[in-house]
Amino acid sequence: MGPLVPQEIIGMNWNLLIAFVVGIGFGFVLEQAGFSSSRKLAGMFYGYDTVVLKVFFTGAITAMLGLLFFSLFGWIDLSLVYVNPTFLGSTIVGGIIMGAGFILGGFCPGTSVCAAAIGKIDAMVFIGGIFLGVFFFAESYPMIEDFYMSGSLGSLKVHEVFGISGGFFTLLVIIAALIMFKLGELAEKRWPREEY
Amino acid sequence: MKTKYMNPYLAGVLLGLVLLMAFFFSGRGLGASGAVKSVVVTAVDIVAPEHTANSHFYSKYVGEGKEPMKAWLVFEMMGVLVGGFLSGALSGRLNWKIEHFPGITAKRRLIFAAAGGILFGFGSQLGRGCTSGSALTGMAVLSVAGFISMMAIFGTAFALAYFLRKNWI
Repeated sequence: MGPLVPQEIIGMNWNLLIAFVVGIGFGFVLEQAGFSSSRKLAGMFYGYDTVVLKVFFTGAITAMLGLLFFSLFGWIDLSLVYVNPTFLGSTIVGGIIMGAGFILGGFCPGTSVCAAAIGKIDAMVFIGGIFLGVFFFAESYPMIEDFYMSGSLGSLKVHEVFGISGGFFTLLVIIAALIMFKLGELAEKRWPREEY
Repeated sequence: MKTKYMNPYLAGVLLGLVLLMAFFFSGRGLGASGAVKSVVVTAVDIVAPEHTANSHFYSKYVGEGKEPMKAWLVFEMMGVLVGGFLSGALSGRLNWKIEHFPGITAKRRLIFAAAGGILFGFGSQLGRGCTSGSALTGMAVLSVAGFISMMAIFGTAFALAYFLRKNWI
């Protein structure tokens, strides 16, 4: 049955409307969770607020399980769902640069747009920075292109690397997440902060 | 009146369902930085069309028959603005504010926000997606890139947290 648009069960012209509706849900949930506050997000890295860990992993696991069950029931053809390709070098170095941006700026791109939507000026400045950063990348692309394309592993999945089933790997992620949630709760008691 | 935030585990389940909806309808997940890329390539194409035509980077997105602004992520991010605004309005959190740790000035907060944004923008292009597009969505489809992105982003932020503690605690 699904995914509906790639199989033309729903016309391509509906795709952008779907994107808009999905975006509303995404923005609404992020804001309700408190991701519109850089101090709440940064709490992750100092232990006083681990909402990032809880929301992020619960979200990833819910979607993982959803895809697993949908595929089991024949509701979705996983071969038609986009899997982002791995290019070892650029994925790692890109992630490191983003991590530095996270602790400096207190936002990631999605959360900054959500925060700007409720009037956070620091988020608007962060977004201005993203535009500049993307522009710098685009202009320096000729110098970076070789590295950007190196270490290609294709649309590789983790469980294929370890030779286990997707379901078993998902179980391992769930167990790891439960342990991290417990650590998060302990951290919040260990390094509490008053209202912020 | 400021109301409380949603229970994080409930918010996580709802986030996962939104992501699942994107997979089920469009066969793709969430994202954010890709929308910025669309705006940047469109703007540069208007200002310097010869430059974009000759560039390996820009020519992937602009030129004959390509419409970077009619991209899925552009419409999704417009939705994020609307959804974030609605949530803020419902919970009484709409106000102009430079949010920062009381121990630092607003100016310092803005300088670091700009620097962080620049790094995140650059890194998201190099890493082919940011926290939502590469890490969250990638993890949901069990991609190697998703898990590597997540570990690199959060690992680096943890590793640098000590050096930037005066900004936050």
